[in-house]
Amino acid sequence: MGNTLDRILTPRREIPPALGMGAGMLVAGGIFLGWCLITYGGMVDTTFCPPPHQVAVAFWRSLLDGSLLRNAWSSLVVINLGFFLSSLIAVPLGIMMGSFRIVQAALEPVVNFIRYLPVTSMIPLLILWIGIGIEEKVAVIFIGTFFQQIVMLADVSAQVPNELFNAAYTLGAKKRQVVMRVLMPATLPGVIDTLRVTMGWAWTYLVVAELVASSSGLGYMSMQAMRGLHADLIFVAIFAIGLLGLVTDQIFKWIKVMALPWARQR
Amino acid sequence: MGTVTVESISLRFGKPGATEVVALDGLSMVIPDKQFAVIVGPSGCGKSSLLDVIAGLRDPSGGVCKMDGKVINGPGKDRGMVFQNYSLFPWLTVLRNVEFGLSLQGKAQAEITERARYYVNAVGLSSFENAYPNQLSGGMKQRVAIARSLANDPQVILMDEPFGALDSQTRVVMQQLLLGIWEKEHKTVLFVTHDIDEALYLGEKVYVMSARPGRIIDTIPVGFAHPRSYELATSPEFIELKRRIQHSLHAEVHKALSSAA
Repeated sequence: MGNTLDRILTPRREIPPALGMGAGMLVAGGIFLGWCLITYGGMVDTTFCPPPHQVAVAFWRSLLDGSLLRNAWSSLVVINLGFFLSSLIAVPLGIMMGSFRIVQAALEPVVNFIRYLPVTSMIPLLILWIGIGIEEKVAVIFIGTFFQQIVMLADVSAQVPNELFNAAYTLGAKKRQVVMRVLMPATLPGVIDTLRVTMGWAWTYLVVAELVASSSGLGYMSMQAMRGLHADLIFVAIFAIGLLGLVTDQIFKWIKVMALPWARQR
Repeated sequence: MGTVTVESISLRFGKPGATEVVALDGLSMVIPDKQFAVIVGPSGCGKSSLLDVIAGLRDPSGGVCKMDGKVINGPGKDRGMVFQNYSLFPWLTVLRNVEFGLSLQGKAQAEITERARYYVNAVGLSSFENAYPNQLSGGMKQRVAIARSLANDPQVILMDEPFGALDSQTRVVMQQLLLGIWEKEHKTVLFVTHDIDEALYLGEKVYVMSARPGRIIDTIPVGFAHPRSYELATSPEFIELKRRIQHSLHAEVHKALSSAA
């Protein structure tokens, strides 16, 4: 027992897996218990903070009437479209920006200016220009993620050790071969990590876009629920967003393990 | 053929004036075909920079390097290089790393693999051909780097302190392996080190380099017969040569330390 305590208190020491799982469950369970306590205990108005069973019922209902799936699907289409378009351009451009001084010199001033503009500040303009349809939300996600991605990817590209390029050159590689066969594969793990992180941010932009102006999506669903004072449905929408985020993150992790067997063992 | 000629190479960094660093100043040397040449010098003397210039990875500020009489103006597969560290492609297996140079030339895959396997075998890593670099020890990584360079059939192999990061036991094993391969392949080798024992054990000719700005201050023919055994290191001739190099380097190290202060 003293041994285990000693382990727990030692920085970076591994702990028994069961203990780790227990600790995780304890925190999650504690939060859930707190929720039960304040709602069933009558400490809060359940109109604004519904108890767990009410949320479960709302979840089940919205699942049955199809509204949850419809809105989740709508959000997924928008986020994937915006994210895909952004990544499609940002990945090659970011890699070039990190390794070709001319691309860096050309793009850096503009990118760094726009990067610090919150995309939310552009939403009114985007609504004026393209309305409140799917195009506007895709544009919000695109602008929100693109300028972050390109800077992070340029950094990934700039971090590739010079020795790898030099090794390739002394083996007879031409410039093109160095780009295709050294720069590209060397940046792949960083690219996947960047996509994973920026996907998380894309969810934020999506929900903001849906809250401001939309006629479908999980953000719209919770906005409608707010107008009807259905706090339970807001909880459902929040859970759904969290769940989809978790699944997306797992998919990225899985892609990294599958695509990069060489980055696995450390 | 593989004759390297260095003609009054100089190399400067930074702006002219007080902050300018003169790494090399009018350095000349000729490394004849098939010679195992070693440059030994204090750290920071510019010996690695010299290799970079010969490899074509760095342009000299003055002078020219020639390969078989032709001026070098860029990297090429005739001059292979083994770096100190971090130069294996981490996304390729051992075999694919060794195949890399050959695969750039668009030869038939069967031929490429056969040749790569031969060199993977020559460095004793046959059972690791499908391992990735991060699964290998430091010594094994350098064996792969050597095999990768040899498989490409360069005329000259430039080695930039390739065993510098290895522990002393592994280093001895690697030196023996390298000598064994050189005795068979007989290519021109230019090997850079700060380890005098390593220089004498490996080299047919040892060039002693001064502290910055780097110049060749002594050229020592090392006549020990091949194959060499490591017991050489205790022979009186070896110790005499070692003393000679130590003596010239000692003054240089002091010069380097006092100019750095």
